[in-house]
Amino acid sequence: MVPENLYYTKEHEWVLIQNGIARIGITDYAQKQLGDVVYIELPAQESQLKQMTSCGVIESVKAVSEIYSPLSGKVKAANSALADHPEKINHAPYGEGWMFEMEEIQENELKNLLSAKSYQKLIGSES
Amino acid sequence: MPEPLIFEKSSPERKGYLFSDLDVPISIDSIPPDALREDLLLPELSELDVVRHFTRLSQENFSIDTHFYPLGSCTMKYNPKIHDELASLPGFTDLHPFQPENQIQGALETMFELQNLLAEITGMDAVSLEPAAGAHGEFTGLLMIQAYFKEKNELRHKVIVPDSSHGTNPATAAMAGYQVVQVPSNSKGGVDLEALKQSLSEDVAALMLTNPNTLGLFDENILEISRLVHEKGGILYYDGANLNPILGIARPGDFGFDVVHVNLHKTFTIPHGGGGPGAGPVGVKEILKPYLPVPIVKKRTESAADWYYLDHNCPKSIGRIKAYYGNFLHLVRGLAYILSQGAFGLKKIAELSVLNANYLKEILKKYYDLPYDRICQHEFVLSAKKQKEHGVKASDIAKRLLDYGFHPPTVYFPLIVEEALMIEPTETESKEMLDKFTAAMIQIADESEKNPSLVKGAPYSTPISRVDEVMAARKPNLCWC
Repeated sequence: MVPENLYYTKEHEWVLIQNGIARIGITDYAQKQLGDVVYIELPAQESQLKQMTSCGVIESVKAVSEIYSPLSGKVKAANSALADHPEKINHAPYGEGWMFEMEEIQENELKNLLSAKSYQKLIGSES
Repeated sequence: MPEPLIFEKSSPERKGYLFSDLDVPISIDSIPPDALREDLLLPELSELDVVRHFTRLSQENFSIDTHFYPLGSCTMKYNPKIHDELASLPGFTDLHPFQPENQIQGALETMFELQNLLAEITGMDAVSLEPAAGAHGEFTGLLMIQAYFKEKNELRHKVIVPDSSHGTNPATAAMAGYQVVQVPSNSKGGVDLEALKQSLSEDVAALMLTNPNTLGLFDENILEISRLVHEKGGILYYDGANLNPILGIARPGDFGFDVVHVNLHKTFTIPHGGGGPGAGPVGVKEILKPYLPVPIVKKRTESAADWYYLDHNCPKSIGRIKAYYGNFLHLVRGLAYILSQGAFGLKKIAELSVLNANYLKEILKKYYDLPYDRICQHEFVLSAKKQKEHGVKASDIAKRLLDYGFHPPTVYFPLIVEEALMIEPTETESKEMLDKFTAAMIQIADESEKNPSLVKGAPYSTPISRVDEVMAARKPNLCWC
């Protein structure tokens, strides 16, 4: 499941751009690979992130992985519901399982991200 | 039925021993009030209750003394019992770390000999026995590298690790304050040389490498890798987790490694854990020698009653990294192993560990996916990809193996293999045992296809069957009450 209206990273994050705000999560493919998510560490509100640098941690029963910021900008909000219910990432990776939102983003960085079609191709080659 | 917790077996006022009445006066007032506690709920049992409880628990355990234990990367070989006898000698157990040197010459000689033998085995110039675990050894190594560059006035803030590395490598580098840079593996499972070249710069303090790596594969480009790292002034760090298959055959020092840690609890038979931490001695080449932790055991060149001594006079040393002198009784076991095997025995260990792993690999690759199909060293990594098509995951196969009387292999590591099953038989298993293991694995492959729900519900024969790992991680209950 790779929604058409999102941008993607090769590290399996998705980005939704709405009114200059970027909402970020991990893809359905990523949550399937990770298995049951048991813990998540998200970037702090107001923190400044650089494109494709590590900004958080996601832990499943199998492994601990890093979360990469798809864009540069400032963290507007983190999805606090995930602290008590990390399983939302497994159940609704593109919905309730979103991870954080960024503002002051640079839209020209979007060109470094993958389209749904290219991402589909990437996971096709990985799976 | 699982053994209850010791608290659940407690009965009020039950005692192990009855003491006769005190014949000296005692006043409760002499005990400081803050040392008195009324809320200390200790279990109350008889001696027999306690003996039965812990004996039963030990019987429910899977251990190398009871089961084949092919836990990849952990080198679960047999721990010869004679080592425990030697480590129990009163000359070792009755020592006090503050005893004067002239009373502990035997202990110092033991350490001195082990330092020298480990240096010879790894091709290093000097060894510290202090670190109490592999990761502790890694941290010690990186602190020495930091001290080395500090003295040279070079600011290097990056450490490179391959994507197949042990998790402790990036963790140690981060703990030491370095930025971690990951390099991908090539199609043969070794370090991608082009990617390495691009990552190397004057900012890089070290490349941390396990060779053979966590896929159980020897990186044939090691001399080229060594040249590239040294060309940029970097240090080459050897993670000794996989030293077993090259014992007496090849030496990290000869490949160009500058610092090495050895896991005595893997390669040199001291029990994992061993009633406390393990032992992770660190060896270095001449350039890093001044930075070794203090003290180092040395031998006087002129004959004297106190021939061996602890040298604290190392002004550039990174200092002490553990209380006293390392995990001393483990050092006794390590030395006993090396001396009892001798050069011939050590080489045989390496050869047999490789032979056993390849024997299993060649049989099992017909039933499981083998992503890197080449001659392996002491271990190999299968993928449960084929079984996953039937809904059976690596963790299900691991649990089903318990029903067949085997400890599972390492699963989901290294991360670059999907549904990884990392199998390391070690040299101490017979062909008969290896055949039993392959028979069980083949049977499980068959079950995965024909009756996947059977595998997914395993284990059935253990005191506790399938544990809810997700619930245990999300809502851990660490309290007995």
